[in-house]
Amino acid sequence: MTNLEKYNKTFTETLGISEDELQGLEYQGISQWDSVGHMGLVSAIEDEFDIMMDTDDIIDFSSYEKGKEILKKYDVEL
Amino acid sequence: MDILKDKVALITGCNRGIGKEILYRFAQEGAVVYSVARVEGSLDKSAKELSEKFGSKIIPLYFDVRETDKAKDALINIKKQSGRLDILVNNAGVMKDALIGMIDKPLMKDIFDVNVFAVINMIQLAYKLMSRQKSGSIINLSSIVGIEGNAGQMVYSASKGAVAALTKTSAKELAPLNIRVNAIAPGMIDTDMFRSIGEEKVEEHLSNIKIGRLGTPTDIANAAVFLGSDLSSYITGQILGVDGEALV
Ligand SMILES: NC(=O)c1ccc[n+]([C@@H]2O[C@H](COP(=O)([O-])OP(=O)(O)OC[C@H]3O[C@@H](n4cnc5c(N)ncnc54)[C@H](OP(=O)(O)O)[C@@H]3O)[C@@H](O)[C@H]2O)c1
Repeated sequence: MTNLEKYNKTFTETLGISEDELQGLEYQGISQWDSVGHMGLVSAIEDEFDIMMDTDDIIDFSSYEKGKEILKKYDVEL
Repeated sequence: MDILKDKVALITGCNRGIGKEILYRFAQEGAVVYSVARVEGSLDKSAKELSEKFGSKIIPLYFDVRETDKAKDALINIKKQSGRLDILVNNAGVMKDALIGMIDKPLMKDIFDVNVFAVINMIQLAYKLMSRQKSGSIINLSSIVGIEGNAGQMVYSASKGAVAALTKTSAKELAPLNIRVNAIAPGMIDTDMFRSIGEEKVEEHLSNIKIGRLGTPTDIANAAVFLGSDLSSYITGQILGVDGEALV
């Protein structure tokens, strides 16, 4: 599985949505991606890529696209 | 005595006072302990001795609790080495007295950085491991003065009051994940911190302790063992006074 596929899987599995809903998806844009869903998503991403995100990045992680940018900081290329 | 057998614990401020004794009791009860101190190498000898004496694993870690990056590295290390964290004891703390009218910003910052902000940071880090395993016990060191107040200690008592408040809030938030959060509120415990108030004041305080003696670090460590163990598995959000019925 590529890193992008892994990244997408964390969204679809944690938030219970399909791949075609990912582009343009924003934090609090759907009911599942509320603050509780956010913490679950962060945990899934941390587990998937074996990283520990900084609090600032968890707060900054405001969209599907922004998450990709943040992951670069942790040497995860998508 | 093995009530913490194989539990993985992280304790801050282990080189002296209450933290040193919590480390001792946790080792005695069979825990795997990541023990934190500031001065590089300062725990190496005692960690080795305790490991040999009790057959438990003691791993020293060195960082200042205000250094968020180092604290994070420590948690990553624990995740890699042990894969879990069962108990966090936020023991490291500083006490500085100043009368109203003589409290400056650096004093406020010094105390709140260690006693409050570092504690919040450690809880957020521990949460990362504990939320995945859906279990954990967090023990914070508050103080009798954080509940009752004490003349000359506006900033210190406020910081320990904050610890009581953040304990109750995080207990509420983390209970659904089976993570318990409690605080110990020691009275007057015979350590460097308490002795720093001066002999005369120590005597004066002694007469205000109904049980008739100062507390020992072991009195506090025993409470920490209880709160860390499964004996307290239904106890969360509590501020446990361990003070021999002291009056402040
Ligand atoms: N003793 C009492 O009567 C009493 C009463 C109520 C509450 N408490 C609380 O109980 C806890 C332990 O107190 P104690 O009496 O054992 O105090 P202590 O003898 O003064 O020891 C304090 C410990 O905290 C560590 N520490 C301080 N600042 C730190 C930092 N920035 N980073 C890492 N470690 C740091 C110290 O390390 P260094 O050696 O490197 O300084 C030391 O190990 C504290 O939170 C205190 O507020 C104590």
